[in-house]
Amino acid sequence: MKPLTSLVVVAALMVCEVTMASDGDSRPMNWNAIGMFVVFVLLTLAITRWAALRTRSTSDFYTAGGGLSGMQNGLAIAGDMISAASFLGITAMMFMSGYDGLLYSLGVLAGWPIILFLIAERLRNLGKYTFADVVSYRLEQTPVRITSAFGTLTVALLYLVAQMVGAGKLIELLFGIDYLYAVMLVGVLMVLYVTFGGMLATTWVQIIKAVMLLSGTSFMAYMVLHYFGFSTEAMFAAATQVHAKGSAIMAPGGLLSDPIDAISLGVGMMFGTAGLPHILMRFFTVRDAKQARKSVCYATGFIGYFYLLLIIIGFGAITMVGTDPVFRDAQGAIIGGGNMIAVHLAHAVGGSLFLGFISAVAFATILAVVAGLALSGASAVSHDLYACVMRKGEASEAEEMRVSRLATLVIGILAIGLGLLFESQNIAFLSGLVLAIAASVNFPVLFLSMFWSGLTTRGAVAGSLTGLICAVVLVIISPTVWVKVLGFENALFPYSNPALFSLSLAFFCAWWFSRHDDSPRADLERGRFRAQFIRSMTGIGASGARQH
Amino acid sequence: MTDEQFDKLFTHPDFQRLVRRKQRLYWPLTAMVLMVYYGFVLLVAYAPRLLGYSLSGGVTSVGMLVGVLIILLIIGLTGLYVYRANHSIDPLNDTLKQEFDQ
Repeated sequence: MKPLTSLVVVAALMVCEVTMASDGDSRPMNWNAIGMFVVFVLLTLAITRWAALRTRSTSDFYTAGGGLSGMQNGLAIAGDMISAASFLGITAMMFMSGYDGLLYSLGVLAGWPIILFLIAERLRNLGKYTFADVVSYRLEQTPVRITSAFGTLTVALLYLVAQMVGAGKLIELLFGIDYLYAVMLVGVLMVLYVTFGGMLATTWVQIIKAVMLLSGTSFMAYMVLHYFGFSTEAMFAAATQVHAKGSAIMAPGGLLSDPIDAISLGVGMMFGTAGLPHILMRFFTVRDAKQARKSVCYATGFIGYFYLLLIIIGFGAITMVGTDPVFRDAQGAIIGGGNMIAVHLAHAVGGSLFLGFISAVAFATILAVVAGLALSGASAVSHDLYACVMRKGEASEAEEMRVSRLATLVIGILAIGLGLLFESQNIAFLSGLVLAIAASVNFPVLFLSMFWSGLTTRGAVAGSLTGLICAVVLVIISPTVWVKVLGFENALFPYSNPALFSLSLAFFCAWWFSRHDDSPRADLERGRFRAQFIRSMTGIGASGARQH
Repeated sequence: MTDEQFDKLFTHPDFQRLVRRKQRLYWPLTAMVLMVYYGFVLLVAYAPRLLGYSLSGGVTSVGMLVGVLIILLIIGLTGLYVYRANHSIDPLNDTLKQEFDQ
């Protein structure tokens, strides 16, 4: 792996060059942050090199050989969920409006028990590399794999674009690096991790970052509690005294005032999580259903703990950051905007060295999440489209891996390009759209394929496509896009969150088209449900782990 | 596995017991999570003031306690599921595997 060693050097040089390039900017360079970030990048590249030597087969590439422990996979799953968006975004939300920030945390967390009870073990028992393996288990391969791959790619790319734009903006602020270089740096590192190290490197990057983020936030929460004499009552009391909204921050504000919109948002967050391809893929990295079950339990514990810490961090910041003039500019606004609250709090509790650490962690978080997304997108292309549809399972492992690496490269280039294109666009709606699409395209069909014997190929394809089209159209004609982005006077669809409607319609179409499918093929497919049911329940015949 | 083996496994009393135990574990837990979460969402939508009441005369509100309790409940329920699955379902599954999986 000679080329990889030289790439390590190139990447390190690139960081140096990039940091020098922006010396003329008004924003001061944060050398602590850059130093720690360079250390993180070198460490992850060393891991990538180690992983590259162990990545020989498709099973290694897609699922790290299927030999991760429940604890490792649980940390990696937690890492996927506690992204920069949730760390910086939810803290910012609590800082601005208090209790409303908690509503988002709960929506994401509540999806996990559902994934554990209904999906995780079945997924592991039935599939090998992608969730399309599970949906197409007893259905016609070609149409089902094409629609599933299409759903995976749509979700992965949209999510990537949202992350890229967010990353670019954040890095610009944190490190004083130019947006263009920031996006390219994220793209290049993502492609390096995935093409050379596959799932093994991606997972370890995710695990290291999760541990860093969890320890960093634990320290911050501890320092906040210490500041308030370990009394949450004192912390809330101080926050309500200094916040412009007063005691209103201790109750729900206007965020979810419309019941239908509130439920729709909840449906999107809960079932969207269960339809994210890079999350679903994680269940194939463990040995068996028992380890899959354990990994969700660990993940839920870590995610829940993280959100509890965020309550302390968000409300503590109201006093500790909000009342300190150091963190405000001449106009009295927070320097760098609301998303910088958590970073400012890091400065307040741990000085500039800890500020550097948290900045580096925020960047690391983005890198780890985009790597997982790129891998899930690449596997949809190489495993579902190339190996199963185009070559009908005749492709050799070497060929499949070559296509997968090529796909990663293309996805990386696309993500950089789209990231630059969308720089000045409002990306807030993109993140919402991603979860709504994942909830409507992937979840209904995945659920029905495992729980309903009546599902046929026609129903599965109809359900996926309806979910996709319906979610996208409803977002476009919603107030968020139709009024705020496109500038029309009245929205055609009154709610900001489409998931309740698009998910229901996807379920209905999958049911209706299956019900009215009286082709001989449909009868065969229904007949194969019993064998699938036995395997999903017992794991008999499931693909096992490869020993390293 | 052949079709006959599938038939034998499907009608095996241990398999039937396994399915019943699993379903009796995951359906009630799923229903509980859905009820708690959507109950909370409806409470937020219809009675936000109720959540704003003071818990015990101080600043900490009822809603804050409810939010924290839901997080703890979710962690607790996943733990309960894993405990039950490990102790009352896996042994049954293992005997079935030994008999049918070669």
